[in-house]
Order: sequence, then structure tokens, then C-alpha cells
Amino acid sequence: MRSFVFAFLSGILFGAGLVVSGMTDTSKVLAFLDVTGDFNPALALVMVGAIGVFLPGYFLSRRLKKPLLTQEFSHPEKTLVDTPLILGSSLFGVGWGLSGVCPGPAVVNVASLNSGFLGFFVAMLAGMALVALARGISARGGLPTGPSTRNQHEPALPES
Amino acid sequence: MTMEFDYMALAGGAMIGAAALVLWLGLGRIAGVSGIIANSPREGSAWRWAFLLGLLGAGVVASLGGGIPDPTKPTGVMLLAGLLVGIGTVVGNGCTSGHGVCGIGRLSKRSLIATCVFMATGGITVWIWGGAV
Repeated sequence: MRSFVFAFLSGILFGAGLVVSGMTDTSKVLAFLDVTGDFNPALALVMVGAIGVFLPGYFLSRRLKKPLLTQEFSHPEKTLVDTPLILGSSLFGVGWGLSGVCPGPAVVNVASLNSGFLGFFVAMLAGMALVALARGISARGGLPTGPSTRNQHEPALPES
Repeated sequence: MTMEFDYMALAGGAMIGAAALVLWLGLGRIAGVSGIIANSPREGSAWRWAFLLGLLGAGVVASLGGGIPDPTKPTGVMLLAGLLVGIGTVVGNGCTSGHGVCGIGRLSKRSLIATCVFMATGGITVWIWGGAV
């Protein structure tokens, strides 16, 4: 229950930060990405502010054995720069540049009930589900499966 | 080019960083929004739903206060963009928050490269497709 409250408060603060910083304003985001046109570098300060707070906190956290409410820190395990990283990030950048919306603001902005934001959000979920289906994660995630047709010799799919 | 020091951007950024730190110190989890959404159907996701509920709550308050401007692009473009963002963030394991803030904040080379790549393709897309108008 305490984890739930903690995560909820983090979400509110995160969302408020997105609104205050201007990340939920697509015209501002597109102006930030418009380096050859009417470039507005203001949003670079969002990253400066965010990393400026997170980085020292993260490195100080190395002195802790475990987080306040759970048994261990879930460090991201992947360190390899691979094709999916480059390909996926490229596609994400194109979608971000087309719309001015990335996943955080996508969640915050659905609250406005604007059809463009709602459409973006649903399409984003569909895109995520598509990849999950392609990877076969959904089959292990509890959806009705039926007899397995997976080849025994096939290597296990990596966790995302 | 518009050049002014945007205190709100810096302050909002600091709030985002603080929120990510709250999640890390409290639960030991990275505040990568795309990953939190994509993994929300998994077991043990109560914290993910709580975080997303918080994001949405902030959106409701901002929206009631008129703080969320409508998108500048038509709905058809938003649909295509959403699909690309959904596919891209799952394939690339992260977005502006997970790679851009937390990843760079951890000095992860992988995240730094991912951030450079999506900034670059985002910039190129705006260059080809047009900016805010």
C-alpha cells in the first residue's frame, strides 16, 4: 500500500513537472526539435533540470543497500548498444517529431480529452501491443494460449 | 530562433528529476514512462498503475486549469505518430524519461546514444515535415 502511495505521488510530481516545463505543449516541443527553423532551445533546460536532480541522487543512492520500500534496486540490465536500440529510438524520434508528443506527456494529455491526444494514446498502446505480440510476450503474460507451437530448440526471447 | 531563459522549463525539469528520484529511492524503479506503460499488464504492476494514475491526475488538474493546449497536428498524424512512438519505445527500450533523464542520469552509454538518436530523428522529421505550424 505504501508503494502504491509512493508511486502515485511520484506520478503526480512527474506529471506536474511535465506541465510546468512545457513538455505537454506540442508547439513548444516541436519548436525545440525545429533546429533548422524557429528553434526554441528552452526545453533543453528540462533535461538540465531533470538530470541535475536525478544524477546526484542516483549516485548517492549507491550508498544504500536497498530502497526504502522494496528489497532491491532494479538496475536496468542491458548495457549493449544493439540494433533494436538504434532502430527503436529512430522510430520513436520520428513519431515524436511528427506530433511533439512522447510517452509521459501522452498520458498527461489524455486528460484533456482532445481527440488528437486520445488518438495518439490509443495508437501508442496499439504499437506497444503489436511489438509484444511479435515477441510472443503476450503468450507468456497470461492471455489464452492453447497448445504451444513454439519450437523447443528456439532460444528464449529476451525480456523487454 | 527564440532565445530566452525559461525558468519554468528548468523548474519543471527539476520536478521531473525529483519525481524520478522518489521512485528510485522508494521503490528502486526507473521512471521510464514507456516501460511503465508497456509492462503494466505484467504481474506486480500495482506501482505502475499508481504512477500512471498520478500522471493522469496531474493531467486532469492541468486540464481543468486550461494548462494543456490542443495539439498542433491533425488527428491522422497523431495516430501515425502514436503508433511509431509505441513501437519505437518498446523496441528501443525507452523514451525521453527512461533513456533521456534516468539513463543519462546513470551515465549509461546505451541511453546516451538512444537519446542522441531520437533527438536526431526527431529533428530531421521536423525539418522535413515542418515545425509547430
